[in-house]
Amino acid sequence: MGELLWIFTSAVLVNNFTLSYFLGLCPFFGVSGRLDTALRMGLANIFVMLITAICAWVLNEFVLSHAPYLRLICFIIVIASTVQFVEMAIKKLSPELFKALGIFLPLITTNCAILGLALFSTNKGYGLGQGLVYALGAGVGVTLALVIMAGIREETKVLDIPEAVEGTALNLIIAGILSMSFMGFAGLFSSG
Amino acid sequence: MSEKTSLKVEFSKGIWEQNPVFIAVLGMCPVLAVTNSAINGIAMGLATFFVLFCSSILVSSLRKLIPKQVRITAFIIIIATFVTVADFTLQAFFPVIHKELGAFIALIVVNCLILGRQEAFAYKNRLGPSIADASGMGVGFLLALFLLGAVREILGSGSLFGISVFGPEFEPWIIMILPPGGFFALGFLLLFFSWFKRIRNPEREERKPGGHQDG
Repeated sequence: MGELLWIFTSAVLVNNFTLSYFLGLCPFFGVSGRLDTALRMGLANIFVMLITAICAWVLNEFVLSHAPYLRLICFIIVIASTVQFVEMAIKKLSPELFKALGIFLPLITTNCAILGLALFSTNKGYGLGQGLVYALGAGVGVTLALVIMAGIREETKVLDIPEAVEGTALNLIIAGILSMSFMGFAGLFSSG
Repeated sequence: MSEKTSLKVEFSKGIWEQNPVFIAVLGMCPVLAVTNSAINGIAMGLATFFVLFCSSILVSSLRKLIPKQVRITAFIIIIATFVTVADFTLQAFFPVIHKELGAFIALIVVNCLILGRQEAFAYKNRLGPSIADASGMGVGFLLALFLLGAVREILGSGSLFGISVFGPEFEPWIIMILPPGGFFALGFLLLFFSWFKRIRNPEREERKPGGHQDG
């Protein structure tokens, strides 16, 4: 239990996917303009990451030991198609949930945070349980970063900002400051 | 426009006018993650160049055979194949660099720059222009990574390619080689470019950067 908690906290705070691994930056900058969209994007991310963890574990356990060179192709195609199937299932079973998360799902299926999660968790040799916890942590971390970023960006809209700084440059600098504050968590675990 | 000048235009647009990093802001994950030193930036740039170049050749030659409905899947399989080649080659010949770049070599697969060029250019154009476009974009990406890596290494470790620049008295800004430094360096470089453009053409309407793609 202690180990799982460690995996979770380290994925959320210390090794935050967005702010310290730079994964999934495109959606991070793309959809962090509004708070509610950012939150829904984050939830969709958690959802896809959990599916990814299961796919990665199954592939790693049963398929890839026979053909390690197919790792990348397998991960991408299996993850993308599983998400598509799940998307169809959700559309049928729960139209409300689909409405909330649906439009983001195709966007993030082949995003680098998802593939990165699959690669990192197999590189670290996580089992199914650990992998799921790691995925949950990574997803929560991405959501946290997205929501904080969206909150700050909503505030910057009412400010008077020089034109040259507006847009990507400003967002990057905000992200830098955020990332700096997340670095403060680095001392949380002595071995972290 | 003659064939030759148009090839030249396709090539040079990627280096400055449509630079994938500074203008279009594509493929940011590797841009920020591996540029903590100039040499890592170059290694990543070369690997990306290789994948982009080879995939563009293949996609452009096969463009009549790939059905429109499954083109994205086909592109991804082609790209993933070349990334696997690059990954194993680096691992075999440059194990130290491969270890430093870690999973980010594998993550070239989802670099939206590469998929974007296949979709926007190679799938619609003949082999010659596609090669020119891929080379230009690849070189532009390489230059951007090198520039960012050099800035971060000079400020963060006080050296370039491991050779000390400022001498022993310089107190390195450690933050620049840590994750926040990546955001700051790219942010300030973009700021500098947009300021520079403003000074050079004060009356020209600033073009909004294109929409963010996934990746």
